[in-house]
Amino acid sequence: MADFDIGNQLHRFPGGLKLRHHKQIACREPLRPAPLPSRLVLPLAQHQGPAGELLVEVGDRVAGGQPLTRARGDREVPIHAPTSGTVVGLDDVEVAWPPGGRAPGVLLEPDGEDRFDRSDRPADWKSEAPDALIECLRTGGLAGLGGAMFPTAAKLRGPFPPIRALILNGSECEPYISCDEMLMRERPAAIVEGARILARAIGAEEVVIAIEDQMGAVRKELNAAIRATDPDVPVRVVQVTTIYPEGGEKQLIQVLTGQEVPHDGLPQDLGLVCLNVATAAAARDIVVDGRPVVERIVTVSGPGIARPCNLVARLGTPVAALIEAAGGTTGPIDRLVLGGPMSGLPLASDRVTITKGSNCILALRQEDTARRQPVMPCINCGECVRVCPASLLPQTLFKHLAAEDYEEARDLNLFDCIECGCCAHVCPSHIPLVDHYRHGKGVLRERGIEDARAELARARFEAREQRLTEREAERQRKREQRERKLRDADAAKDEVRAAIERARARARGGSTGDGE
Amino acid sequence: MNLTVAGAPHLPPITTVGAVMRQVLYALVPAVVAHVWFFGPGILFQITLAVAFALGFEAAMLRLRRVALRPFLTDCSAIVTAVLFALSVPPLAPWWVALTGMLFAIVIAKQLYGGLGHNLFNPAMVGLAAVIIAFPIDLSQWLAPRSLSAGLPGVWESAVAIFTGRLPDPMSWDAISQATPLDALKTGVAENRMVAEIRDAPIFGDFGGLGWEWIANFYALGGFWLLYRRVISWHVPVAVIGTTILVSTPMWLIGPDINPSPLQHVFSGALVFAAFFIATDPVSGCGTMRGRLLFGAGVALLTLAIRRFGGYPDGVAFAVLLMNMAAPMIDRLTRPRTFGHPRGERP
Repeated sequence: MADFDIGNQLHRFPGGLKLRHHKQIACREPLRPAPLPSRLVLPLAQHQGPAGELLVEVGDRVAGGQPLTRARGDREVPIHAPTSGTVVGLDDVEVAWPPGGRAPGVLLEPDGEDRFDRSDRPADWKSEAPDALIECLRTGGLAGLGGAMFPTAAKLRGPFPPIRALILNGSECEPYISCDEMLMRERPAAIVEGARILARAIGAEEVVIAIEDQMGAVRKELNAAIRATDPDVPVRVVQVTTIYPEGGEKQLIQVLTGQEVPHDGLPQDLGLVCLNVATAAAARDIVVDGRPVVERIVTVSGPGIARPCNLVARLGTPVAALIEAAGGTTGPIDRLVLGGPMSGLPLASDRVTITKGSNCILALRQEDTARRQPVMPCINCGECVRVCPASLLPQTLFKHLAAEDYEEARDLNLFDCIECGCCAHVCPSHIPLVDHYRHGKGVLRERGIEDARAELARARFEAREQRLTEREAERQRKREQRERKLRDADAAKDEVRAAIERARARARGGSTGDGE
Repeated sequence: MNLTVAGAPHLPPITTVGAVMRQVLYALVPAVVAHVWFFGPGILFQITLAVAFALGFEAAMLRLRRVALRPFLTDCSAIVTAVLFALSVPPLAPWWVALTGMLFAIVIAKQLYGGLGHNLFNPAMVGLAAVIIAFPIDLSQWLAPRSLSAGLPGVWESAVAIFTGRLPDPMSWDAISQATPLDALKTGVAENRMVAEIRDAPIFGDFGGLGWEWIANFYALGGFWLLYRRVISWHVPVAVIGTTILVSTPMWLIGPDINPSPLQHVFSGALVFAAFFIATDPVSGCGTMRGRLLFGAGVALLTLAIRRFGGYPDGVAFAVLLMNMAAPMIDRLTRPRTFGHPRGERP
């Protein structure tokens, strides 16, 4: 394992942007639960990877926490009923993730009792085997709550080199999003306990919780929570300077360790596992309370929201209901964004519902998003090069993509782009660079699939050709064999005939002068 | 709810092409004021003429190319080209100098290559190179700075000179024009005179040319402001001025009689101007940061070489154009290592 220390000395990642923060506007109110809507809409797949196997039928009465799907591996994550009620439909529902459109889901009508069944959980996690802990988290439906929704069990289960540290990411660097900050303020003990559980599950030697330097109070509270728990694994809080996109896993690791995650590797290769603070708190809820992932904190903010706030929302709550709970909109909304303004997903409607990765609902008005000029040609100003955290050449990538020279763009490491949006934000020509990169990646992926398909067809064709040639050769061989046999048979006959001739000649009286 | 579904980021970009160009223009104001102080109001006529021709050519070419006029006329890029050109020609150069310069700069170097962002060569320098070659006499008639001259031409005299190509009575070129410091050096050294001796001439100031050194300071002032505003990056100015000092210092130490001092090199001619305003042109320059260092170094080296060995007293325009040719190759060779890729690997 590489030799480096974590968080004792802070490093810089290339590029990045100092953005104006707008977090405070949603932090003025304490956390409060969002009202339970009359119907919850739950997509089966709320994570990266395939959906689990459906366990319920229309008409089933379910208790809160009851699994609605079953995961058949670490890449699948089950979903659970966020409250007690009746399954009223199994249908394609509007989703934001991924990649939008419609996907299979469960419609659940709450009965209002909010009755919960606790799921199986260890009596004492401190004596539980790591594998059993991971299994518990897996059945509890844990996926990365920072927004990426990566199945946590897949991240925790090896094989990988011994894990040195668990890094908890509390540095949400996007403007407006404050759900993690509110969580750290209000539930620091849950985060610390969750961190200890996760550290046990992966055998980490220490835990580092990374927070932003603008979250001073959070540091004190986390430290108090750390002191209050059993010091089996050292847990430290490290403040990092707020530069977007510091909250990116690779960027945070570079800031804390000076190490770059290899482009074809994982943090685990460096002996690190990086998880969101909310994932840690949810891990605690699963293991200690037996409460699977059925709710999350959502920041409802932006200039278009009347009373920006952070709400604890049951999964499946429609965006419209959350906006209403935040006092409604200030006027006509031009854009609804799931996530932050820099890299969030634009929503096509407010009927989309909250899933495990929905950290923020941002409402923007026309004047917040209006560009000040049409798209102009690239003037090669190099601002994008300066801010790119992946050290790419965004303007060169753009030129190749605009010329539909996708292969060249791939050779320039297009796939290392993390789509943080820094380049597009500083581009004086207002070129939607990220759109170009997404499109280019899509084309290349499609071509990759097509290439694979063509390769397969070619292999099949070649195999068939070979089979035919082999069959033909076999046939030829057999024919030759047969012919040889026939020839041999003829030769034998000839020999017999010759012998007979000789015998006859001898019988005629040795007059042939054979010297006998 | 009528929602726009557009790609991230969901905030408008922080600046515009027009804003970038306008800041370049603001940064030139101190130097223009200094220019007027030392050499009279001729420069203002040159700027006006060049801007008018540039916008006219730009509009005509956009129309011919069937491209929307408004965004490209208001992006101020043609104005920047015009002003940079005007600052490079003698204050009383006749009107056809600006006309020819802008014809080459806007029509040929910019629009025929595809307009904003597509030109391979710095338009202002293409225009300047064209008029240097086309009108060598007009381009050599520089005014003597204030305090040396019998009297700077006023607004009227300047206008007459520029629009008729002749000086009003009783002025004569002999009385008001003078070789530039770099010119004087070049011819002096060619006549086997020592640099120290040449520098005794009143046209030289404390370290550069009289007046010129102050204008250079004001260019630097505007340049620092552009750096502060992040309109330009530090790479090019540092490389241009740094390389000039780095290369001219040993030469000066070895042969102080034939080689001017580094200060003389920096504060004469167009070096500071080029370092902050010409070689920093993003379109025709390098896009990578290390490429910009090489680009700037190349401009400085070629400028020094032309000053020392070439046929022109100052070689900034040609140096920049030659480096423009090399820029795409430099960009290829200086691609940064992508995050997470092994060291030494270049895409």
